[in-house]
Amino acid sequence: MQNGLREIHVSRITDTIANLCIDSCHDLPADVEEHLRQAQERERSPLGKEILGQILENATLARTQMIPICQDTGFTAVIVELGQDVRLVGGDLYAAINEGVRRGYKEGLLRLSVLDHPLRRKNTGDNTPAAIHVEIVPGDKITLMLMPKGGGCENMSALRILKPSDGEEGVKKFVVETVANAGPNACPPMVVGVGIGGTFDLCAYLAKKALFRSLGQHSPDPDNARLEKDLLELCNKTGLGPAGLGGDTTALFVHVESYPCHITALPVAVNTQCHAARHKEAIV
Amino acid sequence: MSELIRLQTPLTEEDVRRLHAGDRVLISGPLIGARDAAHRRLVETLKRGEPLPVDLRGQVVYYTGPSPAREGQVIGAAGPTTSIRIDAYSEYLMQQGMRGMIGKGNRGPQCIEWVQKYGCVYFAAIGGLGALLSQRIRVAKVVAYEDLGTEAVRLYEVEDFPVVVINDVYGRDFYREAPQQWRSLAAAR
Repeated sequence: MQNGLREIHVSRITDTIANLCIDSCHDLPADVEEHLRQAQERERSPLGKEILGQILENATLARTQMIPICQDTGFTAVIVELGQDVRLVGGDLYAAINEGVRRGYKEGLLRLSVLDHPLRRKNTGDNTPAAIHVEIVPGDKITLMLMPKGGGCENMSALRILKPSDGEEGVKKFVVETVANAGPNACPPMVVGVGIGGTFDLCAYLAKKALFRSLGQHSPDPDNARLEKDLLELCNKTGLGPAGLGGDTTALFVHVESYPCHITALPVAVNTQCHAARHKEAIV
Repeated sequence: MSELIRLQTPLTEEDVRRLHAGDRVLISGPLIGARDAAHRRLVETLKRGEPLPVDLRGQVVYYTGPSPAREGQVIGAAGPTTSIRIDAYSEYLMQQGMRGMIGKGNRGPQCIEWVQKYGCVYFAAIGGLGALLSQRIRVAKVVAYEDLGTEAVRLYEVEDFPVVVINDVYGRDFYREAPQQWRSLAAAR
């Protein structure tokens, strides 16, 4: 403690990130597993029910045999909630996070899926860099939230700036359209992250951030929470079902995050997440 | 649900003609593993008029980029990747005698036509079952383009590898049919 600041050496961040990479790719979070189990009980399509059973079996096998849940161990998304009373020492925060990713993917025998440039397309050889977002928050702790985000589902995500007159119905229509269009490519049952409001860039971030929330945890905003429930029902009426082969369970949960927006705009972003909805967090 | 059909690879045209959209199949025998980067190289090789490093006649190509194996494991996680990215290359491989493809997700209208034209079949494996599906792989070895890492061409030996027929030689598309069927069934209840 110096001038009321808590000193944290960046090596602790590197160690934590490395562990989170390995852990998240092998250990499906309890909230996701619980929702899959409930869905398996409710699912009326026999094939859908069988597929949900296989997804649960896959999770157990991954955890006990240390085989990644999915071979696509993702582009590593990291949200850092950095307490404003923390003073980082020993190096650069972003470099420390990327070092953690490098180490985690090597030691964890995870697949390397990151290319150096979208057109030159050469593998970076260590899954870096991560997609890092930093939010400054009160307090003297650092919360590290990590999600190895697979390409199949990420690629089916979409953003559209609606007209304010499109209203809630317009938002619902766009979200359900995006989920239906994602279809089997996004490995349903999906978790759907929805961002509404903000600016073009912020709206997309809200949708991603929504996916970091624990499944079953509704938005504290009552209108958003109602929208989450309505959207889940609408997604599950598409008939897409597990693996897109028909059934009741197209989505496990819908999370909505919102932000104030401009008088002219109603931005909506939908970030689709596959059933291997891997996310872990740790506090340093 | 349809009964399980057991199928031995490589496939003949007759094998392929017996399969229909929605059939559930357990595949045993060799599979060729290749995804985006390997397909690109295979097609460039063909365009230069050079021979391919693998004989595709009767073969089934599995779109997967596995994670590395731990000691004592044949392979790491090895589930299917999204197939539509491979569409651009598929006709060239069908012209070389490829009889089947395994991936996940929709194929484009052209690819669905080629499946009919060349007597091929598109199977889906269930996405996100990388650990479970790896248990059905008995042998895995890199046979070409080792420098592509996870995207290298591999030869697999699989046993009872579970897939579903999506696009058959009769032009049907199970990804289109299944959700529609479920919606009408659910509405009737």
